[in-house]
Amino acid sequence: MTHLDGNAIAGVLEQLFGRDLTLASSRCTGCGAMREVADIHVYRSAGIVARCPDCDTVLFRIVEARDRMWLDFRGFSSLQVRS
Amino acid sequence: MAGTALLGRLTWLVAEVTETVTETPRVRTLILDVDGWPGHRAGQHVDVRLTAEDGYQAERSYSLASAPEDPPALTVERLDDGEVSPYLVDEVVPGDRFELRGPVGGYFVWDADALPEPLLLVAGGSGVVPLMAMLRHRAAAGSTVPAKLLYSSRTYEEVIYREELERLDGRGDGLEIVHTLTRAQPPGWTGHAGRVDVDLLREVSFPARRAPRVFVCGPTSFVEAVAEGLVSLGHRPGRIRTERFGGT
Amino acid sequence: MPFDPAFRFNAACKTHTVGIISRGFRGRGRGDDSGRLPPGQYATDDFPVLSAGPTPHTPLDEWTFTIEGGAEPVRWTWDEFRTLPTETVTKDIHCVTKWSKFDTDWEGVSVDALLESVDHDRAYAVAFCDGGYTTNLPVEDLTGGKAWVAFAYDGEPLEPEHGGPARLLVPHLYFWKSAKWVRGLSLRDEDEPGFWETNGYHNYGDPWREQRYWGD
Repeated sequence: MTHLDGNAIAGVLEQLFGRDLTLASSRCTGCGAMREVADIHVYRSAGIVARCPDCDTVLFRIVEARDRMWLDFRGFSSLQVRS
Repeated sequence: MAGTALLGRLTWLVAEVTETVTETPRVRTLILDVDGWPGHRAGQHVDVRLTAEDGYQAERSYSLASAPEDPPALTVERLDDGEVSPYLVDEVVPGDRFELRGPVGGYFVWDADALPEPLLLVAGGSGVVPLMAMLRHRAAAGSTVPAKLLYSSRTYEEVIYREELERLDGRGDGLEIVHTLTRAQPPGWTGHAGRVDVDLLREVSFPARRAPRVFVCGPTSFVEAVAEGLVSLGHRPGRIRTERFGGT
Repeated sequence: MPFDPAFRFNAACKTHTVGIISRGFRGRGRGDDSGRLPPGQYATDDFPVLSAGPTPHTPLDEWTFTIEGGAEPVRWTWDEFRTLPTETVTKDIHCVTKWSKFDTDWEGVSVDALLESVDHDRAYAVAFCDGGYTTNLPVEDLTGGKAWVAFAYDGEPLEPEHGGPARLLVPHLYFWKSAKWVRGLSLRDEDEPGFWETNGYHNYGDPWREQRYWGD
């Protein structure tokens, strides 16, 4: 299975954060690479798994149930958004 | 304050199909009436959620095909092993409804009045859809920004929006459209044949020194080959925006 | 609020936050009245591929299977692993994303056979994999003829996209427990939630009790 771009999950990210996140700059805890969220690799499995395109570190995971969501953003050491 | 809190809150909306357009034997456009539609930008997409009578749900993303000046429209290609696209291409009739979340994505977006640089669009198959939204937007806004569309299809019959692209090409407003057919070419075909490679990109695209805005959309392998080719021709990676699609 | 049949349906059907039906949409799945379909599942003939990361391609001469946590770590090379007795089983599998597939044919080495070489009295295991995926299971769900390290599907070597060269097969639990690209088991006294179990998915995952998420 090939991955998609971060752009492909713009919908769930915007629902979560209340703003478009695809142009936010993120830093990977694994290798330090700075990437726009639109540019990271996304796998759709039992949940959404986003990985660093450079080192495959898991950047974040989102699991959606009917009435709940679980978020783990441990792979971002920072996230820069426009204020 | 309540108004501020609601602003920007993305929720599922109900879309009603008002009209369908058969684009090719495998591709259909659904023109939608969406209650509460906030308007969109060219290149954005939506998430579509279908619910079966027994409660089964499936969710997929589709690019918006229409200009921001027009009602939202989705162009969908039937994937034979898919579960959502066959329904949208073959089953849906005007009056049918489904849920939609969007428009979303500020990355793969072109605004006619914000970006004066030349516009280079490279499409593989149904990857033309968000790029078509940009071309329709360009025409509707009266933009004369130099623009090129390099569009790779398998066969002549599979070229989506073929007649409309001819009309746009003939407006004389600075748009040039170049087709390549990878699998078969009809008799008398004067366009290109074969896959998009570095030579074709060099021949067709704006030179890197003109610093065009580049949007590439198609299957993963297509997007990666085109992006690599453009970088090898000197285009800055930061100016190349890609959208790949995969799965069903 | 204006009268809206979809809204009324929503109020009547608690399983969905929004309940507009798309006329004529059935999806890939179909119901089944044979009693083989756990609650909330749909039967399919497809074998969907779900992966949490890129597909690893570990060459067989670099592949090993390791069981840690016993008196000594025990390790098999591929060739050693393939000299172990194998079993052929036909099982129904149930993915938490709601598809079920009946009568899937597998060949593998039972975890019972692997554990014969391991001296331990641990109650829990974590399966670890190429690519970093983990999932946790009680040892009693891996033993007694309930779990295998499978290397063939439908009579053919297991394809990389389905977890080849070898995946765990624990068909009585949701299929995320049947870890693809498995490289070993870590036995321990305390349960340790794995990749999905730490982020919303149920710690045990019994499809017949519909244990999909935390608290189910």
